[in-house]
Formats: sequence, structure tokens, C-alpha cells
Amino acid sequence: MKNKFLNNLFVILVFLFLYLPIIVLIIYSFNSSQMNIIFENWTFDWYKEILHNSDLIEAFSNTLLVAVISTVTSTILGTISAYGLYKYEFPFKKLINGLIYIPIVIPEIVLGISLLSIYTLMKLQLSLVTIILSHIAFSIPFVIVSIRSNLTSQTKVLEEAAKDLGASPFKTFTKIILPTIMPGIVSGATLAFTLSLDDVVISYFTSGPGSLTLPLYIYSVIKTGITPDVNALTTIMLLVTFTILISITIIQSRKIRKEAL
Amino acid sequence: MKENNKAFKLLFLLPVIVYTLLLILLPLVYVLFLSFCKSDSYGGIVYEFTLSNYLNIFDSTYLNIFFKSVSIALITTFICILISYPFAIILRKRNIHIKNLITKLIMLPFLTNSLIRTYGWIILLRKSGIINSGLIGMGIIKTPMSLMYNRFGIIVGMVYTLLPFMLLPICSSVFEIDNNIIDAAKDLGASKLQIFFKIILPQTISGVFNGSLMVFIPAIGFFFITDILGGGKIMIIGNLIKNQFLTARNWPFGSAIAIFLIIITFLLVKLYRKLGGKLDDLGGF
Repeated sequence: MKNKFLNNLFVILVFLFLYLPIIVLIIYSFNSSQMNIIFENWTFDWYKEILHNSDLIEAFSNTLLVAVISTVTSTILGTISAYGLYKYEFPFKKLINGLIYIPIVIPEIVLGISLLSIYTLMKLQLSLVTIILSHIAFSIPFVIVSIRSNLTSQTKVLEEAAKDLGASPFKTFTKIILPTIMPGIVSGATLAFTLSLDDVVISYFTSGPGSLTLPLYIYSVIKTGITPDVNALTTIMLLVTFTILISITIIQSRKIRKEAL
Repeated sequence: MKENNKAFKLLFLLPVIVYTLLLILLPLVYVLFLSFCKSDSYGGIVYEFTLSNYLNIFDSTYLNIFFKSVSIALITTFICILISYPFAIILRKRNIHIKNLITKLIMLPFLTNSLIRTYGWIILLRKSGIINSGLIGMGIIKTPMSLMYNRFGIIVGMVYTLLPFMLLPICSSVFEIDNNIIDAAKDLGASKLQIFFKIILPQTISGVFNGSLMVFIPAIGFFFITDILGGGKIMIIGNLIKNQFLTARNWPFGSAIAIFLIIITFLLVKLYRKLGGKLDDLGGF
């Protein structure tokens, strides 16, 4: 009995550790004090204050824009690539297959500076476009890997059957393959979106003047002290993304239940 | 029909080929090239062959940063393993729904930018922060402790940011262990320690190594954590590369350090595969 209590306590402590900074940020978004140090009184003023902080709004909308565009693009390209690599043989396939793992394993900073170098070499002006391109670059491998786990030997059998019954490659892809890999696509897209929102290092190296994103904004104000409107915006963002994630989970589990019936 | 199939194949292969060559291979080859170039004092690149960038790495100042960096990354990895194993073993017998929920809850913090979460730690750790004022308020300590702008703060930040990357692979490998084997071992009189070392550890070692890779490697590069929670006093390799590219503007030397990091990464990945780890598991959360 005592053992069970200690076990549960340990799990709770681990989660407390993971959520502590977030809980603190949320609580301090309701704090009337400017400095995020002492908790004075409850207030909603910081939520109104967001609207007056144009830098913060710009950084926030840019961050969302980067996340949405890079997620959609890398999900589409990742899906196509995962299937292509699974189905076809071609020269240097091993090399291409190996290169895909590089963004997953190398330190982000190495990817960041190598992308910065190549943009400079190609005389590409650092902007939102280069940030989006970089986020696509590190997201595609994660999408491919998460889709791959859905492509098994059973998929090959289904594909053969469809072909024997006269289905075109296009029809086979849309009717057989897409439904099979849908869970992988969803989790790949979720991962791409999460990684993009979380990223600091890659954005730091691939952004230029006029392409302020949230991590860059925070970096610029963190030394002088962050005002609680940042906390307020973080709270709103968490609420929205949390809702989206929960809905995806519910839809997915409903589907699984339906299929089980 | 044949033409059609060929076009189809091209459509499905072209994106991945263009992407890997243009956004992965080309940048890395260019960095490798840069690492053999000279730099002038104005931050420009002089296209003359030199090995001096690599020889510079062995300067005692830089070696010092390397050792500090590796030791911080190792401590971080070790603490993450110490937290993740008991966590996974405790939750091993729960039903699949709870396990799925746990995985989601581990990922959820990532939806807020890690820099913002690091900032959350400042509110907690600084001298006038919640932990210090709480402990003083309870009368446990009299003067505030230095919890950040030092090694301690950096390690808290690293463990915090990277723990999910250890929790997820260790949980998934521990959850896969067949219950019957453990029950059989229990019936045969195995002690808890024996069960851990003879059954759980061998079956989950690739999960541990997976997590260690995903924690150790980023921990070498996360310059923003040392910047913010270390107060800029302690440098890791990430800070060094960042400085060479953005402040000192010595790109060739920065590139040489980056290549050095890539080599370390490849050796670690090779070791991981030798131990039976699969590459696909590294990106699969």
C-alpha cells in the first residue's frame, strides 16, 4: 500500500516537473505586477495589453504562419516521399534514405548554421521564407519516419490485390495507401507542428530583419525582463493548441472504436 | 499505361531527392568546404586551403569548453535515465488508454516554445523567485540560494527541456516487455534487482540508447539554455559555434567545430545501430 503511494507520488512529481514552468507562466499572466516577480493581485489587464504590443502580435502571427505553412508543406512532401521510398527502387536510394535521418540526429545548431551558410551562398535574403524553408527541412524526416511505421508487408499484399483487380496506381494510392497511412500522417503532422512551435535554434540562425518570431522576440526582451502580456499570449496559445490536440485525439479514438465494431 | 507509371514514379521520388540533396547534403558539404577555408579579419571567407581551423580546436580554451560541454551533456543524460526508468516501470502495468494519455501528456509542453518554458524557470529559480521566497517564507532557509546563473541552473534547464526525449523511448521499450516473462521470473524466485538486470535492462537497452542519443546530442548544442539559465558565464559547444557565426564572424572555424560535432554524432549513431537500435525509432515519438 505504501509502495503504491510512493509510486504514484513519483509519477506525479515527474509531471509536476514537466508542467511547473508552464503553470507558473499561466498564473503570472493574471498578476497585476509588471515584473513577474511578486504576485500582487489578480487582473485580466495583460490580456488586453497584448493588443497594444505590436511586436508581440507580429512575432506571434509570424510564428503561427511559419508553423502552419511548414506543417502543411512537410506533411504533403513527407507523405509522397515515404510512399515513394517504400515502393520504388532507384540509383542512390541508400544514400537518400540515409540523408533523411541527418536532420533527426545531428544537433540543431549544425543544421541551423549549415542552412544559414547555404542561404548566404545563394544570396537568399534571410526572411520568413528562409525560416519556413528551414522548418520544412527539419520536419519532413519526422513525417516520413512516422508514416513508415504504417507501411508494412501487409500493405504490399493489399496493393498487389488492387493492381490485380485493375486499379490504377493513382487509385491504389488514394483508396488503399492513404487510408492505411492516415494515422502516420496525422501523427507526423502533429509532430511537425509541435516541433515548429517549439523550435528556437533553427529560427535563431535563419531569420533576418523583419521576420520576428516568438523565440526571437523573447530572446530580445529576456535580459531586460519579460512583461506578463507574453505570459497571457502563451496562455491563450496553449489553450488553443490544447483544444486542437484534444479534438484530434477524440476523433482518432472514435474512428478506432468504429473500426473495432 | 507505361508512360503513366513512369510519371507516377517521378512524382513520388522527385520531392525527396530534391529535398535531401538541396536542403541536407548541399548545406553540409558546403560547411565541410568552409571548414578548410581561411577567414579574413572582417568576417569574410578567403578561399584558400588550410587545416588551421581544425588545429585551432585543440587550443586549451576550446578543449576546456568541449570538456565542460560533454560533462554537462553526460550529467543531463544520466539524470534523465534515472528519472525515466522508474517512471516507465511504475506505469508498465497500466492499461493502454492510460499509457496513450501519458505519452500525450509528455509531449504537450512542447506546444509552448522551449524558450518561453526556460523563461518560466527563471521565475522559479532566481534569487527573488518562487522557490527561494517559498523556502524563506517557510523558514527553511534564511538567505536565498543561487539556483541559476551557474551549472545547477543549466542542468535543471537541460534536464527539463530534454527529459521527454528520454521518457518516450524508455516508456515504449519498457511497455513492450511481456508480462509473462516477468511473472515467470517471479515464480522462479527472482529478486527485483535480478528481474531488472536480467530481463528489463537487456530488453530495453536500445530504448535507453535511443533516449541517450536524443538527449546527449542536443545538450551539446542548446546554447539558449546556457545563455539564459547560465547567465552567459558557462559556455558549451553550442555557444562557441553560435559566437563564431554571429559575433566573431569566423565562419570557417565555426564550420570546423560543426564538422567535429557531426563526426561525434555519426560515431554515436553507429554505436547505437551496433547495439541493435533502429534508425526509424529515433524520430518516432
